[in-house]
Amino acid sequence: MDATTNTQDSTTDAIAVEVDHVSKIFRGEQEVRALDDVSVGIRKNEFFTLLGPSGCGKTTLLRLIAGFEPPTMGAIRLGGRDISRLPPNQRPVNTVFQNYALFPHMSVAQNIAFGLEMLGKPKAEVQKTVDEMLRLVRMEELKNRRTGEISGGQQQRVALARALAPHPEVLLLDEPLSALDLKLRKDMQIELKRLQSETGITFIFVTHDQEEALTMSDRIAVMSAGKILQVGPPRDIYERPAERFVANFIGESNFLDATLAGGKATLAAGGTFDVHVPEGVRDGKVSVLVRPEHATVHAGEAGEREIAGTVENVVYSGEATVVHLRLATGEAMKARLSNAPQGGEAAPETGSAAAVTIAPGAVTVLRD
Amino acid sequence: MADRPVKQPKGYSVRTLPGFAVLALFTFFALYAPITILVAYSFNAGTSLAIWEGFSLRWYYQAAANEAVQDAAIRSLYLAFSAATIATIAATMAALATTRTRHFPGKTMIYALINQPLMVPEIVTAVALLIVFAAVKVWTGHTSMIYLIAAHTAFCVPFAYLPIRARLETMDTSLEAAAQDLYASPWMTFRRVTLPLMWPGIVAGLMLAFVISLDDVVITEFVKSAGQDTLPTYMLGQLRRVVTPEVNAISTVILVAGAILVTLFFRLTSRRG
Repeated sequence: MDATTNTQDSTTDAIAVEVDHVSKIFRGEQEVRALDDVSVGIRKNEFFTLLGPSGCGKTTLLRLIAGFEPPTMGAIRLGGRDISRLPPNQRPVNTVFQNYALFPHMSVAQNIAFGLEMLGKPKAEVQKTVDEMLRLVRMEELKNRRTGEISGGQQQRVALARALAPHPEVLLLDEPLSALDLKLRKDMQIELKRLQSETGITFIFVTHDQEEALTMSDRIAVMSAGKILQVGPPRDIYERPAERFVANFIGESNFLDATLAGGKATLAAGGTFDVHVPEGVRDGKVSVLVRPEHATVHAGEAGEREIAGTVENVVYSGEATVVHLRLATGEAMKARLSNAPQGGEAAPETGSAAAVTIAPGAVTVLRD
Repeated sequence: MADRPVKQPKGYSVRTLPGFAVLALFTFFALYAPITILVAYSFNAGTSLAIWEGFSLRWYYQAAANEAVQDAAIRSLYLAFSAATIATIAATMAALATTRTRHFPGKTMIYALINQPLMVPEIVTAVALLIVFAAVKVWTGHTSMIYLIAAHTAFCVPFAYLPIRARLETMDTSLEAAAQDLYASPWMTFRRVTLPLMWPGIVAGLMLAFVISLDDVVITEFVKSAGQDTLPTYMLGQLRRVVTPEVNAISTVILVAGAILVTLFFRLTSRRG
């Protein structure tokens, strides 16, 4: 897709990292194209997330920006300067590694001081910045501990402090929360957002967790098979996915057949909706997306503007109930109903006839 | 030794099978009984290796006062220290070159070549060195310790290489990536991260090489020039004449020194990184 369509809302923002037609091919026993002509501009002070399943190339792109691998083709520019051929120690970019990679033979404070010492900063300045960083990640009390003697969450904070201490132009985070348990992960998500806004550093965050991406990011790039499929703010990515892969990867989806004509889509199952049409999609047969929470169901015959179906399964999951339906066209559809307090309207029963209502604006045309 | 026993799967034990306990006892007896007797008789007051005549340290005093023993002991230590040090430096570089480089053609072959001396029978190496060094000695007229140091260094390299390589292989390479990411040059990455973390492996390699050199008889016997006896070759020479518990005393000292070094070696290699 054309990345410029997603950036036109703020073209005035300065670009921190520009990935320009980058390909990465690993030549081993067989050739692997880890990145395939990827172009994207990451803005200054942005929390930017690379989201995709394992093997999609997100970590490779991060390693290329850090300098651990050279691109096979294309260029990576930092503040307009081509850094594609610079070794990692000459790039003003720091990384938080997936396994933290803390130096086990050094204390917490020595780990944080390492980058500053390598930059040749005077002792007093190193000391001052280390103290600042310890305060920033709330680790002052543990500064003399060995890194093996602190918990996973604390190691995570030290890794962050160590990477932030030299005040890099860009901070790269390679699935830094994946080793933490759910509760700690939620806390660290908030912590990371706080650190990003307090330091004003551009964050490039790699994850395969869609919820993490949606809650934390200013913008998300969804990747698959070495390509960036879509770039945009979380809301756009969730509500206006351009392709079936993006829709499927993020959230729950219903894919329905429809006919597109003059900005309106008529579902095969019935009903005509005003739709947003992505670039390059022409009138005719299309595939559309309806999120399960944008559909409601009630028992009984379908009235006007409603779609008739049969209830196949009802799944209770605490805050919601998901109703699985079979439409007259044979298509499967799910509707997600928020649960009312006890005694409220019950979901229709399995095997009964039901009517589906789709909220206006909830139908999204997909490109594939 | 200080090595920890392997963790056993629960629920299955060979203890119930016949023969294991008996064989184990017999093996330990066969291994340690002669050594125990050797150590015991080093404290014998008499001159016999077979008849106990009371406790005494006379053979230790006699060995310590024996100029030939002193001379051989100093030479052994000098030789072991020189050879182990040179071998460890070479082995450290070899270990780095075989673990901290991208794959290159012939890497597997180089790995095999480094370890090959472990598989060549020692007598073959000894004869080969004898022939080569004899020619060099005739050609140059030079007969210093250099030949022994060279020979010992050669067979010590694979012993020093193994623990160092093992250490490097278990080390997380993302630590070096992190150092580079934090502005460390390749040299600073080595000095501040790789070297301190591989240090236990280097010390272990040095100690193992030291013990192996201290212990060597066959190659030393073939390579040494006149008057270049080490402790083991001196003892071998003594056996051809009259055997007194002095040999036991020297053996016991070597045994204790070796045991201390090997114990330290296991402690260093089994410690988590």
